[in-house]
Amino acid sequence: MQGLASEFSLAVALIFEGDSELWAIVLLSLKVSVFAVLISALIGMPVGAALAVARFPGRRSLIVLMNALMGFPPVVVGLLVYLMLSRSGPLGVLELLYTPTAMIIAQVVLVTPIVAALTRQVIEMLAEEYSEQLRSLGVSRLASVPVLLWDARLALVTALLAGFGRAIAEVGAVIIVGGNINHVTRVMTTTIALETSKGNLALALALGAILIGIAVVVNAMVSAASLRAEQEGLRHA
Amino acid sequence: MRDLLCDMTKCLQVRGLQIRRNGRALLDVADLTLDGPGPTLLLGPNGAGKSLLLRCLHGLISPDQGRVIQDGAPLGPVHTARQAMVFQQPVLLRRSVSANLDFVLRRQKIARDARKTRIAELLTEGGLEDKARQSARSLSGGEAQRLAILRALATGPETLFLDEPTSALDPSATQMIERMIQRASTRGVRIVMVTHDIGQARRLAADIVMMQGGHVVEHGPAKQVLDAPESEASRRYLAGGLVT
Repeated sequence: MQGLASEFSLAVALIFEGDSELWAIVLLSLKVSVFAVLISALIGMPVGAALAVARFPGRRSLIVLMNALMGFPPVVVGLLVYLMLSRSGPLGVLELLYTPTAMIIAQVVLVTPIVAALTRQVIEMLAEEYSEQLRSLGVSRLASVPVLLWDARLALVTALLAGFGRAIAEVGAVIIVGGNINHVTRVMTTTIALETSKGNLALALALGAILIGIAVVVNAMVSAASLRAEQEGLRHA
Repeated sequence: MRDLLCDMTKCLQVRGLQIRRNGRALLDVADLTLDGPGPTLLLGPNGAGKSLLLRCLHGLISPDQGRVIQDGAPLGPVHTARQAMVFQQPVLLRRSVSANLDFVLRRQKIARDARKTRIAELLTEGGLEDKARQSARSLSGGEAQRLAILRALATGPETLFLDEPTSALDPSATQMIERMIQRASTRGVRIVMVTHDIGQARRLAADIVMMQGGHVVEHGPAKQVLDAPESEASRRYLAGGLVT
């Protein structure tokens, strides 16, 4: 019990004394996840919006597939990205395996379906409301996509934050493609896993506390964005 | 001969228009010609097909049978681009008041300075000068509807369709909207408007299309339809009797 207490106090010291190794890990985690979410937004938002407004055979099946991809097991995503990036894989020549870029790719694969699916839901609701008015103003279905994305911006922040939450907490995929190399690809989640197995609980606890803090902040931001979007909607109703 | 005359007077025609759902005709208009200067008001009880007809005239709904003819040709994008519509519930973009107007002016590829001038003119026209930067979603019902009308007018339409634009508004807000409609009509915009309000029809209409059960039961000059209706359905509606 005394040992655990001392690990806790060590963890607090690591956080507040600005331990360079700890904060380097935190910074790399944030960089990887922020980049992954931004790339996912660039892919997922137009795809989600297009699925919301376009009408074509097989659209329903695509939506089901996209929703299913939201629950794709991270370790399987890690394995697939590993196979793509490994020396014998189709992208092996790029030598990206065990780099932060590989981790970003894995997180993009995990987060894009989340962003796309949530975007589709948000845009589909807004498109229903805007449909006749935009058609009346001569805006085609395709041209309505940027209009809808811009007008749904508050609700879409929620989708991005949800994606970020998934990315920052992800461990299975990034450990496979990143390799958890010290000072290179070691992020919060993989470090917690490693340091716990080594018995270095202070660093694991410190990172755990920061990860929980980030999760709380992200959730608070999601709530604030949702509330703001809801108020915008209610004002209209 | 009638089509030729119509072509010359820029009229809207409906020929054998039918919309059916579950075997029931929601709209069945054999022949209707709107060739006067307007405003034309579509009057009738709920479910008469007024809004449906308005949407057909604007090309938002394709009929199961029949067609809408404008300027002697079947209604197409070239015609609908010169029309605008204001809905019962104004659909405003989640942007500021001026950004809602800027949205349609940008689409016309109007230069920035000209857009600013035009926005200022429109806001003055609608009495919304002090609301320019405000979120459009925070406007009151009357203000929101005025903005919706201004945005429609910003497209420079030849024809403006209005679907019960004052149904949820108080008398003061209604009066402001009616003035805007009258001014637009005076400037040469053809107004085609749906209403339940007989008083409003009396104040605004040049001609009235009386509808019931998806059919046009009477069409004529407002004074004639309101004061000496020919059809029994019109008489009952105007007398305030139940019409189904």
